[in-house]
Order: sequence, then structure tokens, then C-alpha cells
Amino acid sequence: MLKAFPLKLELRGAPSQTMTYLSPLLAIVLTMILGALLFLLLGKDPVAALKVFLIDPFSGKRAISELLLKSVPLILCALGLTVCFRASIWNIGAEGQFTVGALCAGAMLVWLDVPGHGISGTVGLILMICAGVLGGAFWASITALLRDRFNANEILVSLMLTYVAQLLLMYAVNGPLKDPNGMNFPQSKVFSDEFMLPMLIAGTRLHVGFVVTIVAALIMTVFVTRSLRGFSLTVGGVAPHAARYAGFSSRNALWMSLLISGGFAGLAGAFEIAGPIGQLLPSVSPGYGFAAIIVAFIGRLHPIGAVFGGLIMSLLYLGGELAQSRLGLPSAITGVFQGMLLFLLLACDTLIDYRLRWKQQA
Amino acid sequence: MEQLASLIAASINSGTPLLLAAIGLLINERAGVLNLGAEGMMLVSAIAGFAVGYTTHSALLGFAAGAICGMLLSTLFAWLALLLATNQVATGLALSIFGAGLSAFVGQHFVGLALAAQSSGIPLLRDLPFVGPALFSQHWMSYLALLLCAAVAWFLYRTRAGLILRAVGESPESAHALGYSVHGIRFMALLFGGACCGLAGAYLSLVYTPMWVEGLVSGRGWIALALTAFATWRPARVLLGSLLFGSVTILQFYLQGIGVTIPSQILSMLPYVATIVVLALISRNPDWIRLNMPASLGKPFRPGAS
Repeated sequence: MLKAFPLKLELRGAPSQTMTYLSPLLAIVLTMILGALLFLLLGKDPVAALKVFLIDPFSGKRAISELLLKSVPLILCALGLTVCFRASIWNIGAEGQFTVGALCAGAMLVWLDVPGHGISGTVGLILMICAGVLGGAFWASITALLRDRFNANEILVSLMLTYVAQLLLMYAVNGPLKDPNGMNFPQSKVFSDEFMLPMLIAGTRLHVGFVVTIVAALIMTVFVTRSLRGFSLTVGGVAPHAARYAGFSSRNALWMSLLISGGFAGLAGAFEIAGPIGQLLPSVSPGYGFAAIIVAFIGRLHPIGAVFGGLIMSLLYLGGELAQSRLGLPSAITGVFQGMLLFLLLACDTLIDYRLRWKQQA
Repeated sequence: MEQLASLIAASINSGTPLLLAAIGLLINERAGVLNLGAEGMMLVSAIAGFAVGYTTHSALLGFAAGAICGMLLSTLFAWLALLLATNQVATGLALSIFGAGLSAFVGQHFVGLALAAQSSGIPLLRDLPFVGPALFSQHWMSYLALLLCAAVAWFLYRTRAGLILRAVGESPESAHALGYSVHGIRFMALLFGGACCGLAGAYLSLVYTPMWVEGLVSGRGWIALALTAFATWRPARVLLGSLLFGSVTILQFYLQGIGVTIPSQILSMLPYVATIVVLALISRNPDWIRLNMPASLGKPFRPGAS
């Protein structure tokens, strides 16, 4: 069957620079084509359906602000994962680090946000963000510790910790952090406005966290491309032997990348609590931490790329929500698109190292 | 005594999907392929098995649907990871994300439906005192899983094909030089692994719960992956490990049942925490892992590339 296929893969002399950047675009286009086919199968008009995914999120100031708002947690998580994946540390537990960050930030506000405590809004906000960052970094440090001390596989540990984190959050909103006046719903109180992030544009939900995210992406760009530490991480990931020869410590790389990654994920969690959500809920994350893995790959493991990847992923999330309200499709369609996108991206990435050639008739 | 019997039975019940999935993954990994998509395959098979089982009222057809879905998804994985030599970790993750999304999407219409009760157990034997309710009252798939485990052990260590499979996992270059098709053998291994994960997923939705909710598998695919390392890639230890993890899962319900005042969410962490602890303990000695782990695990094989 395969022998009859007229195309074959031929190893390139050197990885193609063009394909490195073309591959994500190709994957996105292919995802859209497959998506259109999927809509056709579901009996929906593919043009109208794709319009919901591609055009509607750009219709007007409010829609665009929502797009940017949703990209914040995705970009932040992906910034951290970019560092990890560059160092070949497979942290796939950003979801858990995000959850613990949100939990710690929420717990901090439950503690601070009581009448007569005398904490100003700014101080409270800074404290809660610190709690979120530290919480996320702490959660990632468990993975780092177990990998460092016991050589335990970071993929499985970070993922198991994600389940533990979600249960921890469930426990908190059902127990110690539950709103006493909340009709017994598993959620914390709604926090006062003074502890919420200031809005960037009046009349929208876009908060200053977006600016922080962009600044963070710029700082991380300098870090990974211009600093010795960033360089040593990348060398450790690409060529561990060379890194050892150069005297770069793999332990440092492990701890640094996981702490940075956990910190960013925790920051994202804190921003969600102090931004669009405004209270602690069991459902703080609709899978942002997992989607961020795809974002990091689409962004070519580059912080600026992560910004673009985050915006594209945000589009998929909004498209899924709109598909539910306008097309009557379950919003879980976002997950289908996410999986397809990553599959196609990996397939297209083959073209970085290989070129397609017509088979010559022997 | 009666309680102990029901505890043993419940542990076997919750260990069965782990055993099924881990045996399949063991074959994958013995051939040198790391498929992190187990969770995704199990989720899709769980909803496929449930949908077919619910509409046809046949558990057998449900299991068949689950196995077929698992094989289809592992074919997708094989196409990427073998033919296109993509990164196995990333491809497996993609499969898990895709499976989670697809199962949630397809499963919307099946939430809240219940299956008719099925008779289970081995006639006559299940009426024996103690051992009857403890060991012989399971669904037939549990016994099939046990047989499968024995068959895999026999296959790996007592047949020529098993030797070739292990050779492909240890040194694909040598196997290739001897004229064996590394990709062909790995593809077969992946198909088997997919079918096993499919049966495991279908078991969860058809027998264990038996119903469908989003995210039904709740990490069992990942626990099964950890189990293969825990078992140092040996079938008998996979059996032991899955019973152990099955009983850890049951322990939380038991503790709740006898009125331990620990919040249920904390108790539910048990299987995950146990997995982490076990992983840390067995990985502590790197030499031991290096000795037992298939040498080419997770590394793509490119015939002709130096």
C-alpha cells in the first residue's frame, strides 16, 4: 500500500528555516480545512461555521478585547513551557500549576478581603499575585525535586500533580474557602472590586494583565536568546553532552526552567482570579495549561511566537463558545480542534527536516 | 469476612482497566515506542464502547467498538511517530488532547444515561463461600484480561516473535540489519496497544461505572503508563501493580465507608499520590531502570539515517 504512494520523504541537508516558520501556518490552514469538513459532516454550513471561528471574534471592540483577554493565561503558561521545552524538560503539568496559583491567589484574597482589614487595594493585589506566582512555582518545584532527587519522570509526575491540584481546589472551595453566604455552592465569595486588576479599556473586561503579559514575553525573549542562562538551557536541551562539557549544570536547568514555568502558570492563575472570574471556582481553567503546550509548539518555542500562538488558541476558545451559542454545537469542539492542530503541526514539522519528492519509476 | 471479599472483588474490578491498558502499553514499550496517548485512546474508546453498548444492548459489541477505536487512534499515532518520525512525547500528548476533546464532543448526548445491569461471574464457582464473591463474580472481561496478561508473558519470553519484538525495542538497528521491518513490528505493537487501551476504556464505561461522564478515565491512562515502569516492563509485575493500584483506588471508598473524617477530595488524591510515590521509589536507582528499560524507548528509528 505504502509502496504505491507516489511521494516519498527525503532527508534535507540542513533543517529548513523557511519551513520552521511556514509549518504552523500550514497546520492552521489544514486545521481549518479539516474543520470545514467536520462541520459539513455535522450538517452545518461550513462557511458560516468558519465565520464564527475566524471572523466573529474580530467584530468590534468588545469582541477583540475578549480575544486578547483570553490569550493572557494561554500566553503566560506558554512562556514558561517554552523555557521548559527548550531545555527538554517535559513539564506537561502547567494546568496544575495554574490551578494551584489560582488557589493560592484566591486564598490570599479570602484572607485579606474582609471589612476593616485596612489593606489597600494595590497592596492586596500585589500580595495576591505574589501568592499566585509562589503557589505555581511551588507546585512545579515538587516535580523538579522528584526528578532531581529520585530521577522520577517529570511527564508523569507533573501530570499526576495536575489531578491532585484540581482535587485540592475542589476541597478548598467545598471546605475552608467556601463562601459562608454562598447558598452552599462550591465557590468562594466574590472579591471586592478594589482587589481586582485595573481595566485597560473602559467598558471591556481587558485588564492590565495583558500589558504585563506582553512585557513578560519581551523579557523572556531577551532571556532565552540573549542571556547566558537562557543559552545554557537551550544547549542542555539540544545537546546534553555539549552542555556538560561546557560546564552547564543540568540540575540548574531543571530547577530554573520548572520554577519559571510554574511561576508563569501561577501568575496566569492569579490574573484569572483578579480579572475575569473575580472569585474562586472549581472551574477556573478550561484546560488553559494543556492548550498552552500547543501554543508553545505553534510559537516555535520562542516567547514572541507564544504571543501569536496564544492569540490563535484564544480564537479557538472563543470560536468554541460562539459555536455553542450560534451553531448549537457543544463547546467541546474546541478540544477537537486543539488536538487536530497539534497533530497537523507535528506532521507539518516533518517538512523541516525532510522534503517531499516524487518517486522515480525504477 | 464478607467485607473483605467485597473489597477484593472491588479491587480486581478497578484494577482490570489498568491491567488491560498497561499490558498493551507494555508491548508498545517493549518494541521501543512510548505512546503517551493512552489517556486519549481510553477516553474515545470509553464513549464509543458506551454508545455502542447502549444502543445495541450488547457489551460484546461495545468492547469491540472500543478496541476498534483504540486501534484507529493508534494507527494515527503510528502514522505520525513511525512514518513521519515525529517526537513521540509530543505526538502522544496530541493524541491525549485530541481524545479528551473528541470524547467530550461526541459524548454530550450520552451523559446521564445508564446501562442495564449485566450478569457477571463464573457460574457455580461464584457461589462458593468467600472465594466466590471475592474472585469469581467479576465481569468476563476481567478474566480475559488475566488470560491476556499470561498470553503476553508467554509471547514475550517463549516465542520467536516475542524475541524479535524485544530485539526491536532493545536495538532497532540490529533488528533492521537482520532484515526485520522495525516499523512494521512497531506498527503491530501499537495496534495491539491501541486495542488493549480500547478494551480498558470500554471496560470503564460499560462495566466499572457503568455510564459516561466527560473525563471518565480521569488519569487511568497515565497511571497505566506509570505502571509499566513500576513493573520494570514485565507482565507478571504489571498484574501485581494493577491489583495494587486497583486496591488503592478502592481504599478511598472503603475509608469513606467506615467513616474516616478526611474530606472526600483529599481521599480521591490517593491513586495519584500513590503513583507519584511509587514512581519516585522505583526511579531512585537509575542503574536499575537503565537495565530494565527497553534501550530504544521513545527514540524514533530512521532506516538509512546515520
